[in-house]
Amino acid sequence: MTVQEQYELNIGPQHPSTHGVFRIKVAMNGETIEDLDMIVGYLHRSMEKLSEERTFTQNIPFTDRADYLAAMSNNLGYCLAIEKIANVIPPQRATVLRVIFAELQRIASHAMANGTLVSDAGAWQTPLMYMFREREKILDLFEMTCGARLTTNYMRIGGVAFEPPAEFYSQLNSLLGELPDRVDEYMEMLSENEIFIARTKNVGIITPEDAINASLSGPALRGSGVPWDLRKAEPYCGYEDYDFEIPVGNIGDSYDRFMVRLFEVKESVKIIKQALKILPKGMHKTQIPLALRPDPDQVYFRTEGPRGELGYFVIADGGPAPYRMHIRAPSFINLSLLKKLAIGSSLPDAVVTLGSIDIVVGEIDR
Amino acid sequence: MIKNFFSNPLFIKLTIGFATLVFLFVGYFISKLLFDLSVFSEFIFDFFLARFSYNLAYLASSIIGALGIISFVGLVLLIGSWVERRVIARFQIRVGPNRVGPFGLLQPLADAIKLMQKEVLVPDIADKLLFLIPPVAIFLPAILAWGPIPWGPNMSYLDINVGILYVFAVSSLTVPIIFFAGWSSMNHYALLGSMRTVAMMVSYEIPVSLSLLSVALVTGTLNFNEIVMWQSNNSIWLGLFIPFALFTFFFASTAEINRTPNDIAEAESEIVAGYHIEYSGMKAGLFMAVELGNAVLLGALISSLFLNGWFLFGIEKFVPPYIIFIAKTVFIYLLLIWLRATFPRFRLDQLMNFAWKTLIPASIIHFFLIAIEVSIMSNFNQIPYLIALFTIVNISLVVALAYLWGKIFHVQQYNAANIQPKFATSIGGLNAMKEVSSID
Repeated sequence: MTVQEQYELNIGPQHPSTHGVFRIKVAMNGETIEDLDMIVGYLHRSMEKLSEERTFTQNIPFTDRADYLAAMSNNLGYCLAIEKIANVIPPQRATVLRVIFAELQRIASHAMANGTLVSDAGAWQTPLMYMFREREKILDLFEMTCGARLTTNYMRIGGVAFEPPAEFYSQLNSLLGELPDRVDEYMEMLSENEIFIARTKNVGIITPEDAINASLSGPALRGSGVPWDLRKAEPYCGYEDYDFEIPVGNIGDSYDRFMVRLFEVKESVKIIKQALKILPKGMHKTQIPLALRPDPDQVYFRTEGPRGELGYFVIADGGPAPYRMHIRAPSFINLSLLKKLAIGSSLPDAVVTLGSIDIVVGEIDR
Repeated sequence: MIKNFFSNPLFIKLTIGFATLVFLFVGYFISKLLFDLSVFSEFIFDFFLARFSYNLAYLASSIIGALGIISFVGLVLLIGSWVERRVIARFQIRVGPNRVGPFGLLQPLADAIKLMQKEVLVPDIADKLLFLIPPVAIFLPAILAWGPIPWGPNMSYLDINVGILYVFAVSSLTVPIIFFAGWSSMNHYALLGSMRTVAMMVSYEIPVSLSLLSVALVTGTLNFNEIVMWQSNNSIWLGLFIPFALFTFFFASTAEINRTPNDIAEAESEIVAGYHIEYSGMKAGLFMAVELGNAVLLGALISSLFLNGWFLFGIEKFVPPYIIFIAKTVFIYLLLIWLRATFPRFRLDQLMNFAWKTLIPASIIHFFLIAIEVSIMSNFNQIPYLIALFTIVNISLVVALAYLWGKIFHVQQYNAANIQPKFATSIGGLNAMKEVSSID
């Protein structure tokens, strides 16, 4: 006679594959997960409340720290929201520069996400290191433009902070030349790798209905086959003028989410190439008052971040600081489906699923 | 001016070239001198025999021999950890440890000293005795198994008739030790890791033993020296003659020694460090060292059982045979590092399925096949021709098996065109999705 007994396993807050300080309390039976409890808040920095005490411009650095792997995209979303509430129109050159930097950030973020996913599947950091090679080059571009690699603080209300230096364009062009080859290299290494397929195929399947009901967005939603991308659906920054495709997955497993990210890197390269062609001359920033005081109003502006719909809900009460600012963090909402996916699966599958959803804890806890 | 001269690239290249030449010359003479190390062992034995009784002399010289093997293993552990880190760093476009000493060669020493300085934490609820035994005990099988390894002619420490059986028995001591380590830590991660290890080792010992049985069947002996001599007498490597046994032994042994792609016992991304999660300081270092030593041991076993030991197409007449043996061992070890740098990890159930549903039935069938071949060989006299024939048969069988396996189970199931993403034609929710699927 065998006695089966549940036992509790704490995954995190410090665990190699929780991608930060995120804790999952798992009730396990053998290798099977029977119940789990997600505990967030270990990286809570009270961003939303603190931002009520600072002016609109002073809040931009907070957005860097929310999703620290996609600072540019977060800057962009916040600045677009404030520009909408304050009726500031950025110059054309600034808009195109924003597109370039946001797409570069998307490539860097996807490289990180895919690298850590393969690392979670057990490849001892080799793909991670390969993908970091491209990410490093992108971070170098950021550094030469705005002095910071991770927390860039580059976008401003009404433009961007600095003009990129002259060598930026040559380095960017050489990077764009080699990126599609690199993506093909990763496809060659991983997309038909027997072990990688065995680990990720049919693991953590999200059906399209589940994905929509749970309000998923980004590659997690597109991996399930739902063609939803805010760059096409509600174009901002002139995305309607660019020619790019939306890759969608087949059945919504971890492998599809991985492949969707790889394909999106190629699409981002296409967008940046077009943006460099149409980059107009002119100012990179408009003059705005030091203490911007928008009229009392509220606005919700959403952009397509690397992880999904990144929304900023801002209420202005006529003062120099927002009355309330809320960040709709895609990681937080994508994470909500983990419980459903992980229950009944084994621990390694849950880890791969978590890696494929691609969370950033800074964004979840804010 | 002088400084410029010394930092001149040409000067540096010339120096390196000259040093290499000197090294080769000196190495050649030393190898001539040290061609057969049995001279030394005889000298030591005679030295003691002249002074003590036979039993004491036997004891003393065997202790010296054991010390020699242990110090060799210790040296291998130190150098191996440096090699592994450097080589993996090259695979991962990094530099690796290069700060301590020339080329970072002293890094393992620095690591060992650092680990020894660290406090050994014992968890409050741990079973103290059982917790403290395993890091020491796990060294036993790792070192004992080096005994019957044939380094060269007249150069095996334990030249016993049951060599394979001995290695097999000794290496299975690891299972209870790892289980003690995991269980006594009173940590769920450690328990998971040790349960995985035990399940995996018990499963994979069967294919390992079946592959070694076919080796014994072909050569008709369990003695390592005789297995090596059989290969050179029939001028065929067993790895070529029974490639399936080589594959089975290699793959199953990676599971036995917890190497990628079968390192699920200490899967870093899942159960952090597995059975040795609660060990700190040098105790954790001992577990790591044993792992590395087992990888080198696997290289030694494969090179003696399947790669013809110290023979290499007549080169063994000019180079000391043990150098050839060590080179083959290092080759297998580098292969293991390559695997570790390349592959993701299997899941426990996938590994178990592979062991019980594929590897074990296939090994049993292969075992019968080898038995038939051996019985044919023992009934006819034309053994060289038969060996050539069976080599071709066995190799083509393995190729056909691999082809069929990929064809039937995997390539068809996951056709590249079927699993790659498609491009959306319209934007929206479920309705737009229907449009996509109707177009494809």
